[in-house]
Amino acid sequence: MSLAGALARLVAWRLAFVVPLLLVVTAAMFALAKASPFDPVRQYLGERALVTSPEIREQIRANWGLDRPLAEQYLTWLGNLLTGDLGESRSFHRPVAEVIGERLGWTMLVTGAAIVLMLAAGLVLGTLAAYRQGSWADRLLTGIAYASEAAPVFWIGLIAIWIFSVTLGWLPAGGLTDAGSATVTVGEVARHMILPVAVLAFSQSSWLVLFVRESVIGALREDFVIGARARGLRERTVLAGHALRSALLPFLTLLGARIPELVTGAILVESVFSWPGVAGTAVRAALAVDFPLLAALTLLATVAVVLGNLVADAAYVIADPRTRVLGVS
Amino acid sequence: MSRTTVTGKPRAAAGSRRYGTARRAVRRSVRLAAGTLVLLGLAVVVVPLVAPVDERLVDLGSAALPPSLAHPFGTDEMGRDVLLRSIYGLRVSLLVGLVAAAVSVAIGGVVGVVAGALGGIVDRLLMRVVDGFNSLPHLLLGIFIVAMFAPSAWAVIVSVGLTHWTTAARIVRSEVLSLRGRPYIDAAIGGGAGRMRIIRRHFVPALIPHLGLAATLMVPHAIWHETALSFLGLGLPPHLASLGNMINDGQRSLLAGAWWPSVFPGLFILVPTLAVAVLAQHWRDRTNPRRRSELNL
Repeated sequence: MSLAGALARLVAWRLAFVVPLLLVVTAAMFALAKASPFDPVRQYLGERALVTSPEIREQIRANWGLDRPLAEQYLTWLGNLLTGDLGESRSFHRPVAEVIGERLGWTMLVTGAAIVLMLAAGLVLGTLAAYRQGSWADRLLTGIAYASEAAPVFWIGLIAIWIFSVTLGWLPAGGLTDAGSATVTVGEVARHMILPVAVLAFSQSSWLVLFVRESVIGALREDFVIGARARGLRERTVLAGHALRSALLPFLTLLGARIPELVTGAILVESVFSWPGVAGTAVRAALAVDFPLLAALTLLATVAVVLGNLVADAAYVIADPRTRVLGVS
Repeated sequence: MSRTTVTGKPRAAAGSRRYGTARRAVRRSVRLAAGTLVLLGLAVVVVPLVAPVDERLVDLGSAALPPSLAHPFGTDEMGRDVLLRSIYGLRVSLLVGLVAAAVSVAIGGVVGVVAGALGGIVDRLLMRVVDGFNSLPHLLLGIFIVAMFAPSAWAVIVSVGLTHWTTAARIVRSEVLSLRGRPYIDAAIGGGAGRMRIIRRHFVPALIPHLGLAATLMVPHAIWHETALSFLGLGLPPHLASLGNMINDGQRSLLAGAWWPSVFPGLFILVPTLAVAVLAQHWRDRTNPRRRSELNL
């Protein structure tokens, strides 16, 4: 089968899976919201609930469509979704699409930079640790990786703030720009980005270092590595071109499977550093029981995960010719 | 046996000695991990019984004191002892973690047994559900559940249970699939046993060790999840000393330079998690014959 054919089949197969998944997830969200003991109108009004007349409350309820049956609410929401209308956020008092639209870029910036940093650091450090297996550098690296695997991200973030902002005073502790500034400049954003990106990459790269180390150690024992050495290839070529390259295949799939963790990490890191991204708004939406925003965020995260898996599998198909011939298992 | 290192130098003479040291190091780390867990377990049970002061005791006169002999981990901004409060916090987090792990293993166990024992379309459908749950960010799902049902211990337990059962389901299903082919199951069926009897008398007892292991490994995950939710202000009520609440409280004094109220509770998450990981790794190495034979080379 050609490469394009294999990719097309993969995408079609995934889409067939993703539509039911999204339907089930969104239906479950509506069911949970229905079962919730909270009255969203009361939650929305807050203190004003005491001075709001029942007629006005009923009016709000009707505006939000809460007086209609659950199935109808759900179908209306789905219909609006298809036309690009995600509803009105109850905590930001603005359309959900607008709230997400202006914040998504900041989240992509931080997570994107973190992914790049994590891949670079993970591949280099993991390979070096495998190459020098048993040395003090290897033991130090695996020790740190195990510890960071066990430590909560937000805790690492707080320690980073304490070291680099409070004690050393090198970097700002949070936010997008300095407190007094009215404009967003590239330099300022870059300076504010360093800590969140580093913390996210650090906490996410521990498994990567351990995984790359383990696979490269396995690959270094294989016959083709001995063969490459016997042919007199340079050690660097053997390591990068033979051992690492063959160890990377299963890692592509795993990378896709780690996207949910990345979303979790992004939520926590954005909260710690008060980064104005979309992941951190999940917390604010949850505290305010802002259902339209929460629903949209859950949908967004699910789509991100599915897309991530798709990209990982597509990369696998491109990297491994066997899947083209035999199909994706 | 000569062990060739990656640099190509033979290390025949050093081989056996290195193996001996490695084994001793493993034994030492296992003993250390088990000892730490026992110590923490004892502290969690005994300290609340004999503690000289109440962990909730607010003493603004001794607020935000750095670690000293009287307060080994310092005091927080309300003058509460961080060590004592961390032990109480670990107790609460451990309790929530244990219940949540039990809930998720129970859900996963039922799903896994049903999928493995019935097979066919039921199995395939259930495994798709597992895939679906795995492709959702667990924390976001937890946030959603907690938001809809008011932050409380039960909401946290339910949200952990609903998101973490998939691992147990996978383990149980694969174990049931391997049990299905055993001769004694054939014999039981030949003797006229029905499906329910096979599940009850043969599958469930054989699965109990696996469920126990899965539950043990789940506890750190559940604690992590609880801590993250509490840290975000969506977990246990703020007056309760949970590790996540403490780290959240410590966030405020951190900017004033007081690191101890948030750093020490974090260590109470990190250390037990590492200890459980060390023990689990050791268990896996012991029960996986392939790894063992490789070690012996």
